[in-house]
Amino acid sequence: MSNDILVITEHMDGKFSDVSFEMVGKAKELASALGGQAVAVVVGGGVSSNVFASDSTIHVDDAALSNFNPEAYGKVIEALVKEKSPKVVMFGWTVTGMDIAAWLSARTGAPLAAYAKDVRVEGGGIVVSSQAYGGKLMADVAPEGDMAIVACLAGSFPVEAGQGSTAATTMASPVDAGSLKVKFVEAIKPAGGDVDITAQAKLVSIGRGIGGKENVELAEELAKALGATVSASRPVVDAGWLPRTRQVGKSGLKVKPKLYLMLGISGAPEHLEGMKSAELIIAVNTDKKAPIFNVAHYGATADLFEVAEAMLELL
Amino acid sequence: MNIVVAIKHIPSIADDLPVKGNNVDFDSVDFVLNEWDEHSIEQAVLIKEAVGGTVTVIGVDLIGELDNALHLALAKGADKVVKITADDPAADSHMQAKWLSEAIKGMGADMVFAGVQASNDLDGQIGPMIAAYLDMPYIGGVSSIEANGDSATVNKEFAGGAGAKYSVHMPFVAGVQSAPKPPRYAPVSKVRQMAQSATVEKVAPSGDASSGLAFKKMAPPVVTGHAEMIEGSSKEVAAKIVELLKSKGLA
Repeated sequence: MSNDILVITEHMDGKFSDVSFEMVGKAKELASALGGQAVAVVVGGGVSSNVFASDSTIHVDDAALSNFNPEAYGKVIEALVKEKSPKVVMFGWTVTGMDIAAWLSARTGAPLAAYAKDVRVEGGGIVVSSQAYGGKLMADVAPEGDMAIVACLAGSFPVEAGQGSTAATTMASPVDAGSLKVKFVEAIKPAGGDVDITAQAKLVSIGRGIGGKENVELAEELAKALGATVSASRPVVDAGWLPRTRQVGKSGLKVKPKLYLMLGISGAPEHLEGMKSAELIIAVNTDKKAPIFNVAHYGATADLFEVAEAMLELL
Repeated sequence: MNIVVAIKHIPSIADDLPVKGNNVDFDSVDFVLNEWDEHSIEQAVLIKEAVGGTVTVIGVDLIGELDNALHLALAKGADKVVKITADDPAADSHMQAKWLSEAIKGMGADMVFAGVQASNDLDGQIGPMIAAYLDMPYIGGVSSIEANGDSATVNKEFAGGAGAKYSVHMPFVAGVQSAPKPPRYAPVSKVRQMAQSATVEKVAPSGDASSGLAFKKMAPPVVTGHAEMIEGSSKEVAAKIVELLKSKGLA
């Protein structure tokens, strides 16, 4: 067993995601407190891996891994973890990290702390602060045993601390691609033709509180009066009330408008990932304890329909 | 096609979540079906409608109130429902995934679906763990599944509308993000009819697993910033928002 921290980085179209750098920066801090090394792990080809401030970088470079494959990536990471016996394995709690972290936990018996906002060293072990229940509670948990898996929410640590130029050591994939049951077929590009919400200066964003497709029109009218565009949180899109192109958040788009007016969005961590950098955030929600009020600049505990209609009369 | 859908009964986050000791006070909260489970049930029923087969919905009964969710699943098109009688509201994802895996093992499933995540997945989601315990591959963030013989075409979502298409050999476990169509509505009369006529199969929990997480503290988040709250009636709130926007040149 070592005191090393393995960081499972992620990349798409030749670019690493911010969360990769965020975790490497955090891993350096943890490794130095634990007397181990921060090791960045890059799985897949088609990317330049000498970009981290890690103590070392391992690049499992194989053409068969150039596209994300949960089965193949899981097996590669499991083999690495067994070989290196690290103290901590860090994943992003992202659309790719979520496919592997819990699987690896069940495979290895190592505890997983997900939704991590912070990790610190206490008494020779680590303590993880995780968001739970849609951000309504925070839990401090101490993983038991020799190895822990931590899955970090994007945006929890500074990006800069993980940026560097450590030269990577490449290794071949230990996985026989022919034996895989999951096969990548093709990439699906985002559907074009709709307005690009990431390019809008003003967004009126609706959540589950909008109640039904028939009420979207009210948000559209308000947006029109403000010269804004309507965007939404995931439940609205999953319900088919607005197209996927309008979705803000972890599985949607990241936006940074001048105005983000939120109607009926409670502010789950997945949504916050997509909009917390907006310049002015105003939230209207009936739940006075909605987590969004910890993030918004202005808030009101009110009925969104009454507020929207009254605003329309004034605009 | 034999499809098993593993569901999770979770504390509702629509209300306050009181804390007792270092965990949620489970006696004081309502339990609801995980919202993503509605999508995995819908996806299963859509496949059954397309190619035939059976849909079995199974969940861990944590507080003796899972029947409602199971009757709803039957009303939406599930053929069979099973509850694991645990009576342990604090059972974590590892524990539930283990019990579910032991119960699913003998079902001969071609595909196992679970919601991609749940708001109480502090120790991870049940889908990938069921896959690990059953030694099946897992793919999550799934937005559509089509069965073709002994494999399925699975679309996985990445961010921003991008995604990828995979071919997955059965049996496998999928974490459903959303069904290709919004979950169907089941009339109350039909749910009631199921409650009166249907049989919920009961299975005792078998197997043991644990998250391995020691809870040191649970509390509402320490608020570093808070919105400046606009008080008053809806009309007054609207007027103040419009005034604010005008003062910033945004309206």
